[in-house]
Amino acid sequence: MTDLGVFSPVAFALASAIDLPTIWVVIVFAFLGTFLFLDGFDFGAGALFATRTDEAERERILAAIGPFWDGNEVWLVVFGGGLFAAFPPIYAALFSRHYLLLFGVLGALICRGLAPEFYEQRDDERWQRWWGRAFVVGSVASPFLLGTFVGNWLLGTTVTEAPATLLVGLAIVSLTVVTGGAFLALKTDGDLAADARTWGRRALVAYLSVIAVVLFALATRFSVRETLLEPVPLSLVVVSAAVGGGYVLALRRKRDLVAFIAAGGLTYVLVALVATLLYPTLDPATGLTATEAAISPLSLRLLSLSAALLVPLVCVYFAVLYSTFSGPVETEGY
Amino acid sequence: MVDPVLASRLQFALTTIVHIVFPVMSMGLAPFLVYFTWKSIRSSDPLWERQRRFWTRIFAVSFVVGTVTGLVLEFEFGTNFAAFATFAGELFGGPLAIEGMMAFFLEATFLGVFVFGREKVGDALYMISAVAVGLGTWLSAVWILIANSWMQTPRGYELARQNGQSVVTLVDPVAAYLNPRFPWMFVHMQSAAVLSVALFMAGVAAYFVYRSNDGRREHADETDPESDSSAAKGGPSGPETTAGTDDERFWRTTLKIALIVLLVTAPFQVVHGDSYARHVADTQPQKFAAMEAQYETEAPAALHLVAIPTDPSALTDPRAENLWTIDIPALASVLASGGDPSYAVQGLDEFEGSPPVAIVFWSFRVMVLLGFWFAGLAVWGAYRWGSGDLFSDRKLHLALMASAPLGFLAVETGWIVTEVGRQPWVVQGLLKTESGVSPGLTGTEATVTLAGFALVYTGLLLGYGYVVTRIIRAGPPAIESTDGAASDGQQNRASRPEDDAATAEVSGDD
Repeated sequence: MTDLGVFSPVAFALASAIDLPTIWVVIVFAFLGTFLFLDGFDFGAGALFATRTDEAERERILAAIGPFWDGNEVWLVVFGGGLFAAFPPIYAALFSRHYLLLFGVLGALICRGLAPEFYEQRDDERWQRWWGRAFVVGSVASPFLLGTFVGNWLLGTTVTEAPATLLVGLAIVSLTVVTGGAFLALKTDGDLAADARTWGRRALVAYLSVIAVVLFALATRFSVRETLLEPVPLSLVVVSAAVGGGYVLALRRKRDLVAFIAAGGLTYVLVALVATLLYPTLDPATGLTATEAAISPLSLRLLSLSAALLVPLVCVYFAVLYSTFSGPVETEGY
Repeated sequence: MVDPVLASRLQFALTTIVHIVFPVMSMGLAPFLVYFTWKSIRSSDPLWERQRRFWTRIFAVSFVVGTVTGLVLEFEFGTNFAAFATFAGELFGGPLAIEGMMAFFLEATFLGVFVFGREKVGDALYMISAVAVGLGTWLSAVWILIANSWMQTPRGYELARQNGQSVVTLVDPVAAYLNPRFPWMFVHMQSAAVLSVALFMAGVAAYFVYRSNDGRREHADETDPESDSSAAKGGPSGPETTAGTDDERFWRTTLKIALIVLLVTAPFQVVHGDSYARHVADTQPQKFAAMEAQYETEAPAALHLVAIPTDPSALTDPRAENLWTIDIPALASVLASGGDPSYAVQGLDEFEGSPPVAIVFWSFRVMVLLGFWFAGLAVWGAYRWGSGDLFSDRKLHLALMASAPLGFLAVETGWIVTEVGRQPWVVQGLLKTESGVSPGLTGTEATVTLAGFALVYTGLLLGYGYVVTRIIRAGPPAIESTDGAASDGQQNRASRPEDDAATAEVSGDD
């Protein structure tokens, strides 16, 4: 193997200690999970935007997510980029197979991204009504279509082959409202916060019910049944239920931060479940395993080195961002 | 139904052409924002804070649109060009992933602080966030251009088989990432971005200066004859008596700053572009032949100022025999070799397949012409500045207004030369574009999304244009001075962090 110059000792240590393709499965799914958690609260807040009619409250919702959502969405970019970089054939197969679905995702994300920016530009009522709608539609459609995508990925099917994966989409939408509810409870007060808590609890019930139906459908109809009954996936399901209970309790006691963290826990557990069900095959449709699909060892080490240096830095940026805007948003907005 | 290969190519062309506007805006504005932030922190003059706020609004909108359209491009490698993604993923996906981790996060997180956090963070962190945003936009360009330049001059790779498919593997990261094209592309692109934004700023500023001159004229007519002397020729040091004086000063400063930047970047871009063309002739002779409509190898080769096929069908068939041209003898040889009039310029007949020559040829000419125009405009402006007429030369103002969007046009045509000129290859000499398209893609799917994007992107451009126009019309924001006159700014600012801490504590108890 060609050497990496000054980096070779580090790269060698990395390579000899661990199975890099597996590490990259973890990294890629960690990116996906972080996206789903962080942009999830934006989506959830966007969905809850539909429940508010008071202009000041709507402004507060927008102000609450304003500084964060750009950074949050980058996790989707690095999820795509990481999958592309580490496992190009999987990225290619997965994305070309779900062609129209992914363009739906892009359309929804465009809608979601532009709407608040445009909403703020004018005070006129009609303008804001339409961009408000676009914001809600984008916020609900993005997680729905992404959930459907992940459901089909897991089963190695397309939407037309497995319409049941639409349920996964519904589950993800509920999950974003679970997270968004806790986030708004944390960042606002009064009626808005109280209603956000209620919606969060309702969404949790919806989420757990839909997930139960999905798991039942998977276990009876698809080949994932055996892996689903293994100890790790089963325990993840149990953990989900427990964390869900914690979420409800936390909201009841207005421990919103704890509820928010619990929502994050639910998200990561779900993504871990998907990863566990897939692994070691990364794409059931092509049957390629992580090792088979991974790029050459030199490239993978280089990529790992970049991630090892950069991801901790990224965490620092997020710490700065979230601590700058910690605490409730001011009523006056910005 | 359109053929999936053609539809995918059109779709990618459309989505890139629209996307590039927004990164150019971000990359070009970034240095200005850093400068305005620095001045607003160091100076008690509210002018700089107004400059910062005004241009930040345009930056923020551009960034959002850039994010959503950039995500489309990343996805399209997988959806439409899956064969390319599989073949070149090891060399191409890596830079994209690193771009996300190294640059995009930096930009997106600190933009949150930069746009929403002025009252929440101290001057130091605020300055850091401005620099971080700017650094993020530029680092983004580094990695995207590493990926793109590798497609132009691929190095540091080996061909291998993986799962029964031919793929490139990385053998020398330094050779691959710092491939011959990269430094050329990066310098040309960043200079183009700053130049484009400087032109845009100059155009916007010229519009307001022009209008305020109108206003002064009318004003002067009404209040004739006493105010005549003060209003007719509003030089920079002239008495400022009208209500819009602060705004006037704002736009005059903008115009001057933009002009200084223009004066540096525009001539530089012409000179750099000339050497860049020579580099292209060395490394991608096929592209150079298309840029010059050179169908057959010649020594010396003339430069075609104009080249129009005499047969209309030749517009689509690049192997045109009959060109109607206006030539400058031997100049193509001189340009390709850096001074040797007898240098043999390779013709398209030496290569298998060739790009659509008309597109490349004319795009190149438009770009070059614009480059010279920008340099001329900069010199014109500098001359008027020197003679004291910068704020009264109405022809110059009109020219600047008309040129405000032209930097973007030059960038577009430059990219068309780069990307269309590489055809029929997607990775020069390694992979044909038609072989890079997703194998399972149907014409229906590709056409549906092409039509969808045509629609969405038209709306997006209109919406962006509308919003930016509104921001400009609204003009620079007024700074509400709650605690004292503007001249006390320095002291206010110094006391702000404590105020903030106090506010944060109060609201935190809530």
